Amino acid sequence: MKFIDEFRDTELAKVVINRIHRNSKRHIRLMEFCGGHTVTIMKHGIRQLLPETVEMLSGPGCPVCVTAHKDLDKAIALARDPEVILTSFGDMLKVPGSYSSLQKVRADGADVRIVYSTLDALQIARENRDKSVVFIGIGFETTAPTIAASVMQAEEEGIENYYVLSLHKLCPPVIKALLDSGEVRLDGLICPGHVSAVIGSRPWDFAARDYGIACVVSGFEPLDVLQSVAMLAEQLEKGEPKVEIAYRRGVRREGNLRAQELMNTVFEPSPAHWRGMGEVPESGLRLRKEYQAFDAELCFDFDPGPTREPKGCICGDILRGVKTPLDCKLFRGACTPEHPVGPCMVSSEGSCASYYHYGNL
Amino acid sequence: MGTFDEDKILLAHGSGGKLGHDLVEKGFLPAFDNPLLSKLDDSAVFEARGRLAFTTDSYTVTPIFFPGGDIGKLSVCGTVNDLAMSGAVPLYLSLSFIIEEGFPLSDLGKIVNSIKDAAEEAEVKVITGDTKVVNKGSVDKLFINTAGVGVVPHGIEISGSNARPGDKLILSGPVGHHGIAVMSEREGLRFATQVKSDCAPLNRLVAEMLEASDEIHCLRDPTRGGLATTLNEFATQSGVGILIYEDWIPVTDEVEAACEMLGFDPFHVANEGRLVAAVAPDDAEKVLKQMRQNKYGTEAAIIGEVREEHSGKVVMRTSLGASRIVDMLVGELLPRIC
Repeated sequence: MKFIDEFRDTELAKVVINRIHRNSKRHIRLMEFCGGHTVTIMKHGIRQLLPETVEMLSGPGCPVCVTAHKDLDKAIALARDPEVILTSFGDMLKVPGSYSSLQKVRADGADVRIVYSTLDALQIARENRDKSVVFIGIGFETTAPTIAASVMQAEEEGIENYYVLSLHKLCPPVIKALLDSGEVRLDGLICPGHVSAVIGSRPWDFAARDYGIACVVSGFEPLDVLQSVAMLAEQLEKGEPKVEIAYRRGVRREGNLRAQELMNTVFEPSPAHWRGMGEVPESGLRLRKEYQAFDAELCFDFDPGPTREPKGCICGDILRGVKTPLDCKLFRGACTPEHPVGPCMVSSEGSCASYYHYGNL
Repeated sequence: MGTFDEDKILLAHGSGGKLGHDLVEKGFLPAFDNPLLSKLDDSAVFEARGRLAFTTDSYTVTPIFFPGGDIGKLSVCGTVNDLAMSGAVPLYLSLSFIIEEGFPLSDLGKIVNSIKDAAEEAEVKVITGDTKVVNKGSVDKLFINTAGVGVVPHGIEISGSNARPGDKLILSGPVGHHGIAVMSEREGLRFATQVKSDCAPLNRLVAEMLEASDEIHCLRDPTRGGLATTLNEFATQSGVGILIYEDWIPVTDEVEAACEMLGFDPFHVANEGRLVAAVAPDDAEKVLKQMRQNKYGTEAAIIGEVREEHSGKVVMRTSLGASRIVDMLVGELLPRIC
């Protein structure tokens, strides 16, 4: 099983690092959109290896982190319904909502189950026909196609007790919103690898064309990230921002057409709430009319109550790249992975968790 | 195990009546035959001299059978290793079962056999025990508690608080096998992996190390929380800094691949047959050489050193040449792995 070491090859990495040092003359600010990239950068100490001219910011690319309190409260309210079995990816359980978390309502007796794929959720629906089985559809363009497939499968099999609470988010629209806000000055973007494996690299064209942002789609190994930084630095030195793919083993320009088709069959774009950014138009996915019978939002009558944001938590600012975890007064004190105040400390791909675990020396 | 009329454990097996006696006479005594146990008195009475080490642990692993071992083997190795890590020579074990009604007797037989094999390998005797049977649903299949007594030879002073700046850190073999082996058997996570648990009694290995050097300062088996947690404990307890080198730490390709898939750090994954030692620098090579002679230490390696700087913290030099903190495991990686 040799598919990791090649991308962690120390000698090759040194060559790429030297290339960055040689070619990067002017100060540039790059954002890694994806939480997976933040983990790679922190875990391998990549920031320490870059020249002073290259500044790295972490972006909003952690699906758990960007889920708004309002949406979390919906999931928690649904879980409290004794007729409901709520199924979720594990990360969501610990995230605090306004007044509780899925983990807490589970301890109080709610039937909340961790699943590793939508197929598990469908199986639970098959085995519990007298209950309503709701899957929390969370994630970016990466997970949406599999969730779409589960809805189509449920329809085909006539499973009528399976529902999806669609909290999906789309990446390119939120980057556009971030750039439009003018809050953060950016020169380049490390575009998400797995998201782009589905949507391709074309959806990033607007950033280079309309905003002059250099874009490179990157994989998740240290060499992938270093290579992407090198390519971004070179684009910016030449003054020719464009969209390039460094993650050629995973991403094609047109993306995965089959996955896109699945996603577009079941879902359509809708406004979505992002933590720290509020409502962003066309940045979410809701079930199309033909599939509304599977839409938990429409099929259940639930009241999540008023939303309450945690005091002092700056996850929203961190997700926009305006602040870092080190700027947060709660970091490492009131907020730790064991007692997280905000979602960026819960998810393993959250910026706060990455800073906490891998530290700054 | 002898033959029984029933094929399942019944509540009556734990009631102290006829069925219970049958189970002890035909099931347990033949496996653990020794004079102290077969007296069947309320306590085992034995002579002991010197400083005693005493430890206990409960075993609740799920699934109870996993690649490379089962809950029985684990319940001996875990307790034997806890004694060995204090420098003690393990002598005796107690063995208590809490069994769910309806548990197959044939499975109990397999578990008793593993306990027998592991105890023989570790040269410890089971000298007292107990069996309780509880209603269906009150426990998940079967839990085991063992306690162990050992003697610490004169002059041996081993503790997590004894690490000194300059000490070399030696790891006895590749990390993460037990946790990944158990995880791979879990429902919903059946991915193709050939990883076997490293579960093993380490008392022989420790005895050989202590014979080779009287400058072994710390010993610990990195079980729950993995290597990272053990090193952090050394750093905190001893008030020293620890520096390790990513490239020096043995991790097999299989474990690394499984960890990548599951999003785990191999340094946080549990082991049940590995140890970490802090050894004075002049003796490190000698101890390492000795360890490699033992079948549980063939892949032993020096992975770093103890320092005065960054006291209380574990720092790792990454393969790329940068440095980062290695944190303790926070929260739950895998519930009930031991």
